[in-house]
Parts: sequence; C-alpha cells; structure tokens
Amino acid sequence: MNKKEKIKAKAYWHENIKYVLILLTIWFLVSYGAGILFKDELNQFKIAGFKLGFWFAQQGSMYVFVILIFVYVRLMNALDKKYGYDE
Amino acid sequence: MMSNMMVLAGVDVQQWTYILVGLTFALYIGIAIWSRANSTKDFYVAGGGVSPLANGMATAADWMSAASFISMAGIISFAGYDGAVYLMGWTGGYVLLALLLAPYLRKFGKFTVPDFIGDRYYSKTARLVAVFCALLVSFTYVAGQMRGVGIVFSRFLEVDINTGVIIGMFIVLFYAVLGGMKGITYTQVAQYCVLIFAFMVPAIFISIQMTGNPIPQFGFGSELADGSGTYLLDKLDGLSTELGFAEYTEGSKAMIDVFAITLALMVGTAGLPHVIVRFFTVKRVRDARKSAGIALLLIVILYTTAPAVAVFARTNMIETVSNKPITSVPDWFKKWETTGLITFTDKNNDGRIQYVANNDANELVVDRDIMVLANPEIANLPNWVIALVAAGGLAAALSTAAGLLLVISASVSHDLVKKIINPKISEKGELIAARLSAVGAVCVAGYFGINPPGFVAAVVALAFGLAAASFFPAIILGIFYKRMNKEGAIAGMVVGIVTMLLYMIKYKLGWFDETLPDKSEWWFGISPEGFGTVAMVLNFVVSVAIMKFTPKPPRRVQNIVEKIRIPSGAGKATGH
Repeated sequence: MNKKEKIKAKAYWHENIKYVLILLTIWFLVSYGAGILFKDELNQFKIAGFKLGFWFAQQGSMYVFVILIFVYVRLMNALDKKYGYDE
Repeated sequence: MMSNMMVLAGVDVQQWTYILVGLTFALYIGIAIWSRANSTKDFYVAGGGVSPLANGMATAADWMSAASFISMAGIISFAGYDGAVYLMGWTGGYVLLALLLAPYLRKFGKFTVPDFIGDRYYSKTARLVAVFCALLVSFTYVAGQMRGVGIVFSRFLEVDINTGVIIGMFIVLFYAVLGGMKGITYTQVAQYCVLIFAFMVPAIFISIQMTGNPIPQFGFGSELADGSGTYLLDKLDGLSTELGFAEYTEGSKAMIDVFAITLALMVGTAGLPHVIVRFFTVKRVRDARKSAGIALLLIVILYTTAPAVAVFARTNMIETVSNKPITSVPDWFKKWETTGLITFTDKNNDGRIQYVANNDANELVVDRDIMVLANPEIANLPNWVIALVAAGGLAAALSTAAGLLLVISASVSHDLVKKIINPKISEKGELIAARLSAVGAVCVAGYFGINPPGFVAAVVALAFGLAAASFFPAIILGIFYKRMNKEGAIAGMVVGIVTMLLYMIKYKLGWFDETLPDKSEWWFGISPEGFGTVAMVLNFVVSVAIMKFTPKPPRRVQNIVEKIRIPSGAGKATGH
C-alpha cells in the first residue's frame, strides 16, 4: 500500500469503528440495560399484558438485535461505496 | 375432499410420524447426492459461493440444535424471567459476529478458525492450541446432539435410544462424508424450513386457542380468550404465587449471575467454530455481514416464539393438573407417565395432584422437554401436528450435529494433517483425509451418544464458556489490535481455557471435592454457566499484559491485519 492508500484505509477504519461503537452501545442498553439492570424500574410500566422490563428481556432486545445488524449492513455498504471498497 | 379428510383423520400419530420423518430424510439424502463435494474447497467451505440467503438459512439451522428446539421453551417455562439469559444470550452473539468477526474473517479467507489463529499469530503453537480448543468445544457439543437424535427417535418411533443414535449416525455420515460443507449447507437450508414450520404450527394453534391472537409473540401479552378480561401473564403470575413459586415475570437468579450468563452465552456464540466457519462460505465481505443479519432474523422467529410457547404450556399444564383428581387426567398425562418424563406420587393419599413449589408437599415432577414434545397433545391438536414436532426435532439435531462434525474433520485433516503433519499432501489426499476424519468424528460422537458419560449433559452448556474463554479474545485482538503478538495471544488462550476448565470441574462436576460445592462458594456469585465471562476477561488481560513485555509481530503480519480491515478483494476462500 502506498501512503495515500494508507491514509484512506485509516479513515475508513475510523468511520467503521465509530459505527460499531454506536451500535454496540445500543446493543448493550437494550439487553443488559433494559432487560437486566433496569428491569425492575421498567416493570412498573406495561404495554398490553407485558411488564416492560420482562418484554425487553424476552422479546424487545431480540428485535433490536436484528435491526442493528441490518442498519450496520446498510451503513457499511454506503461506507464501502464512499471509499471505493465496494465490489 | 370429504373422503380425503376421513382418510387423513384415520391416520394415527405413529403413522404420521413415519410418513413425515421418512419424507424429510429422503429429502436430505436426495440433496446430499445432488451436492457432492469434488474438491477440498467444496468440502470445507462449499466452494465459497453460497448466497447470503442460503447461508443465513443454513447458519440458522446449524445454530438451532435439539436444545433450542426441544428444551429451550421448557427451560423458560420453568425459569420464567430467568429464561431470558438463553434468549438474549443465544441471539445477541450474532450482533458481535456481524459487527466484529464475520466480515474480517471472511476477508482473511481461509478454511477454519485455527487457520486464522495460526496465520495471524504466525505460530504452530498458536494453531495447535486453537485446534485443541476447537476439538474440545465441538466434541462436548456434538455428543449432546447425538443423544438428542436418539431421544427424539425413541420417543416418537418407539425404537430404543441406541438404535435411534445409530440411525442418526448413518444419516449424518451419509451427507457429511459425501457432501462436506456443500452437502451440509443445502441440507441445512431444507432442515431450517422443516424445523421452523414444525415449531410455528403448534405455537400458532395454541396461541389462537388461548388468546384468540394468531401471532404467538403478541398472544402471550394478550387477554385470555375466555372473556374474563385478564391478561395471560397476570394470570400466570397469580397461579405461580398461589402454588408457592416465584412470580413468572420476576425470576429468582441473582442479577450478577443473569448478567454473566447472558454475556458468556453471547460471546461464546460469537466464538463457536461451527458458527464462524459458516461465514467463510459466502462470496464477498458484504455478503458475510448480510447473511449474519438474515441468520439472526430467521433464528429470532423461533426465539421470540419460544417464550410464548413457554407461557402457554405452563399455564395449560397448571390448569390441567393442579389439584385435579388423578382419575380425571387426560390421556397424554398417562402416556408420558409411562415414559418416565412425568412422575406422580400421591404423598398425602387424597387422590389429587398437588403441584407446588415446596418439595415435601409437591407430588408431580415434569421433565422440561415435555413442554414442547407434548404441547400439541396437551392442546388437543391434530395428529399430523404431533408428528411434525418429531420431524422438526430431528431436523434441528441433525443439522447441528453435521455442522459440528465438519468442524471436527476440518480441524483434523486441514489444521493437523495438512498444516502441521504433512504439508506436502495432495489436494486429493487431503480430501480423503477430510472424509476419513468425518467418519471418525461421527463414530466418536455416536459412541458418546450411546454411552453418554454422566457429565456430557452438564458440559454442553459450558461449551459456550469454553469458546468465550479461548477464541473470542484471540480473534478480536487479532483484528482490532495490530500490536497483539503470538506470545500474548497464546498465553491468553491457555490461561482462559484452563481457568474455565478448572472452575467447571470444581463447581459443575465436583471432581475436586467429596460433594459438589455449594452456590455460596461461587466466585463473585457467578455460576459455572456464567463463568465464561470471567475467563474471557482474564484472557484479554493476560494477552495484553504479556504483549507489553514481548516483541512486536513481524511487519508481514501487521500487513495481514491492515488487509483484512479493507472489505474489497476478498476473492474465494483458499487454503494455500
């Protein structure tokens, strides 16, 4: 790799890491946050028959996981294009 | 039409089971013949040209084992809220896979996980340690699967468990040895369809029966269909406390343990070789990301239904048996009583079934597997639905067993024979070695299925802890930390897996003491199932600490790391 390519690769990597960190923060908040650590507080609220903390632990966190991966797929496809790494 | 219905109604469960299991097996074998492997690349990574959708389906089937299909809903149904550790733990790992592992390992483009470890850490020792970890994790896991195959056969086809294991061995042998990864991939696609259909049909039926809502995910948060205006979950919480159990939606494990188990399962999932290797089979890096998303979506369909099934089954069971005279119990109760999965002892001789939390007064013991296996009967569903569950259970167990066997055979033929013992072996010779090691692996797995060492069941859940403690940190550091060297990685893996093994032997198997040590002695209150989290952290710490005092990795290796971070130009997976 020449110098120019190296700078490009570094910039790409930084943007990638930023996306990963943001998405993993959400990943942590819905599962460990809403489903475990703050379950009792959230259980005071209800949607339909579900206590909210229980719902996050047994339903909501999993839906968010799926969404997170597809958001990442879209973000990265766009990023690959921006840097000319798409194929 | 009418006469057709009459004929169908006359077919009993047994005949339906033979028909459905027979048809699905014929399908798997047909696919295996159609997709034979002709090269090592076919055998290890299905030629590297699998579409993201097919790979997603195969990954989902590979992932969902007999435990997911048969046992998980039952476990949740007895654990209530605590069951969330499995739900979140076994799905959240895919986010880690998609964001942190799969794209880079695909770009790296080799055949196996030890391949990555061996090359990235420029060391045969690292490769050997990785092969050892891969074999340990996969064998503990596969033994449980073969047992699962045997159990499903014995319950539904009325053969004994051992005959069941042997039939299962032959089926897996046939398509794993013939087709390698290629055969496995396409049979897994079919197996996903069978297993998800078999899981959803009874769940939808029961959801409609109990709540009027056809979508189980919404059904278990709905009001009961009896017009009482009570929410199903409130009713179950009430029933549970009445009988002395913890409230269903509250659970009883300590928060730190719930946290640790969930994390160990997530990280373990992301570190399991048979899951990772599936991402070597797609064409491009972007396909690896996408197929991780598809796989998780397909998995989540079952995983969000399971807690609904758990609630339906638990409520149904309590209502059917609690405090009812033994003379009035339905047929399924007696049928499953003869298999020993339900036992009733009338302790106070009042002729009624007391099902309560207090062990001295409780008269009913129910095996958790019943919750899925007998659920259609408990809800009075038609015979073909009951038979469908058998076909689904077998699909789940066989697909996972096949995926694991492939990892084992690739570890032996590629990582040991080709990379360490005889690097000059020809392509043809390696393919023969791969097939032979698949045969060997099936035989060993079958042996453990027939003669399960008492500790297998206990150890299967810990395969995740072992994967979390060994592979996950080594791979993550290998991608995200260019400075990480072989000394650090090897020390980390060894310390991680040894600590995990020792903790497991002491607190799960109890081999170090006269009796199994009490919960109160657990470190930080963390169970052996959750200890993978501690061992993983230890692995990271040791790796980084040792690295600080040892030389940088060579320039060549740093270039590899730079290259895998760029998605373009992945080409096909190659072993050379």
